[in-house]
Amino acid sequence: MRVTQGTFSFLPDLSDAQIAKQIEYCLDKGWAVSVEYTDDPHPRNTYWEMFGTPMFDIRDAAGVMTEVNACRKTFPNHYIKLNAFDSTRGRESLRLSFIIGRPAVEPGFGLVRQEGPGRSVRYTTRAYATERPEGERY
Amino acid sequence: MRVVDESKRAKTGAARYRPGVLKYAQMGYWNPEYTPAATDVLALFRISPQEGVEPEEAAAAVAGESSTATWTVVWTDRLTACDRYRAKAYRVEPVPGASGQYFAYVAYDLDLFEPGSIANLSASVIGNVFGFKPLKALRLEDMRFPAAYVKTFAGPPTGIVVERERLDKFGRPLLGATVKPKLGLSGKNYGRVVYEALKGGLDFTKDDENINSQPFMHWRDRFLYCMEAVNRAQAATGEVKGTYLNVTAGTMEDMYERAEFARELGSVIVMIDLVIGYTAIQSMSRWACRNDMILHLHRAGHSTYTRQKTHGVSFRVISKWMRLAGVDHIHAGTVVGKLEGDPNSVQGFYNVLREGHNPQDLQRGIFFEQDWAGLNGVMPVASGGIHAGQMHQLLHYLGEDVVLQFGGGTIGHPMGIAAGAIANRVALEAMVLARNEGRDIWNEGPEILAAAARNCAPLKAALDVWGEVTFNYASTDTPDFVPTPAVA
Repeated sequence: MRVTQGTFSFLPDLSDAQIAKQIEYCLDKGWAVSVEYTDDPHPRNTYWEMFGTPMFDIRDAAGVMTEVNACRKTFPNHYIKLNAFDSTRGRESLRLSFIIGRPAVEPGFGLVRQEGPGRSVRYTTRAYATERPEGERY
Repeated sequence: MRVVDESKRAKTGAARYRPGVLKYAQMGYWNPEYTPAATDVLALFRISPQEGVEPEEAAAAVAGESSTATWTVVWTDRLTACDRYRAKAYRVEPVPGASGQYFAYVAYDLDLFEPGSIANLSASVIGNVFGFKPLKALRLEDMRFPAAYVKTFAGPPTGIVVERERLDKFGRPLLGATVKPKLGLSGKNYGRVVYEALKGGLDFTKDDENINSQPFMHWRDRFLYCMEAVNRAQAATGEVKGTYLNVTAGTMEDMYERAEFARELGSVIVMIDLVIGYTAIQSMSRWACRNDMILHLHRAGHSTYTRQKTHGVSFRVISKWMRLAGVDHIHAGTVVGKLEGDPNSVQGFYNVLREGHNPQDLQRGIFFEQDWAGLNGVMPVASGGIHAGQMHQLLHYLGEDVVLQFGGGTIGHPMGIAAGAIANRVALEAMVLARNEGRDIWNEGPEILAAAARNCAPLKAALDVWGEVTFNYASTDTPDFVPTPAVA
């Protein structure tokens, strides 16, 4: 399967040139870009690990790409995403987030059903990979 | 010497309270010298007076009948601070290009309204006055609410920013589809449509306005099957998914019961219809806030009073009321789809719903500056006759904070529902990518879609079937200050 979190997951994997253009778009808007990685892609895993803090002071795409490549080198088989933070009053949240790296094989998720009264079911989504310890999953 | 028209001047003292009938202007409801206070609620009405009725008198009558007046003089006024409680029509001007119609501006003192109640506000402003005989027609075009009044409302329980954070979806419009056929499917078949559409790539599916609990599908059945579909699709994609479970019912007790069941089953969103009424909407908003639930509103019934320019209530007013009442989603037009919606007017509605501050913008039908005083934004929903081939137009007109709902445009796909969803998602992501790269999507849109379709057979099929479909009819509800632009 393919985890389709993030904005461009339905397109073919973006090239570095395409990623750089998206970074430029974010920087032009005044947003701060950050890199995050994880080996727990559960849809509600809000807190991926931060590869450093958001790059508030890096204003060129090449500088951000250096960080992207460093993250890829350190975590070649993790999910990696780029986030752009907008500090404008009324938003103060992410404005763009997209996956730029993923494991070679994505086994996906199992759905565990616990049958309850009245035909109700309690569902648990579980990534097959997270049955193994962190760092040994992909 | 300037001649003063006594019929338009407020009488004072004993002459004002002599038993009998006075013109509304003479009773003090027309005051061209009045400067609205920052704390006043303002309303703009489009009035069409009967033959022989002066526009100032008609405006005064609207101010009177929507505040303190009755048809005759009453001495009990004198027991109150009546000068303050009288609404004041303070400006009347002809509507450009529409003879016999006037814009009447009316100011209301803040103390005329109960805090935090759309029912009370609307009972005053549209309560009696719309049937008033001296007017042929009357339309409430716009309102301005002072920050002090806005702050008496809780507003949207979730808001655009937090909705995106909960769903973990940023930087693109959300995608949805209404399950079709909207009536007749069994619960099991209904859930199949939900599963296919969500697995394929949509973020949301939706019950339609009139799917509640009918002989072919009990509401509990629908909720159970839909949540199986949502959870299956989440596991298949790794994304958070939702389906708007419509909890609209005959009584509040039934609605609460349905909403509670949706919550127990783990739904992230529930849905109500506008026809349940303003108080029921505010109650469900409070419930949604207490239960961390996104609240979707379908504007069922609105066209009965929003569509005609001469009579009724503009949808921009309904948008403002619903932002105050507190819904997270509201259907607000597509511009390019099958339902009424002039581009400027629709952008005006979207701005009212989404922005923290609205400047006056006559071109988009916004007559008053409005400060939303930190109230959450409402996510507009574009639904009705839209398809993947219009993605560049949709992104151009509607921007990013919107749910694009392709019902027929997903379910009617020749390769199946999931393929329809893939087509929409690929078209959307390709268009956002291109826009962010600085490309001119308005002009290059069809090329961008065609290029994306080369890697995506479902998108190619969608463009082949619907690429040329447009609904290009003249709009009936348009702003009065610019020529109406043609769509597409």
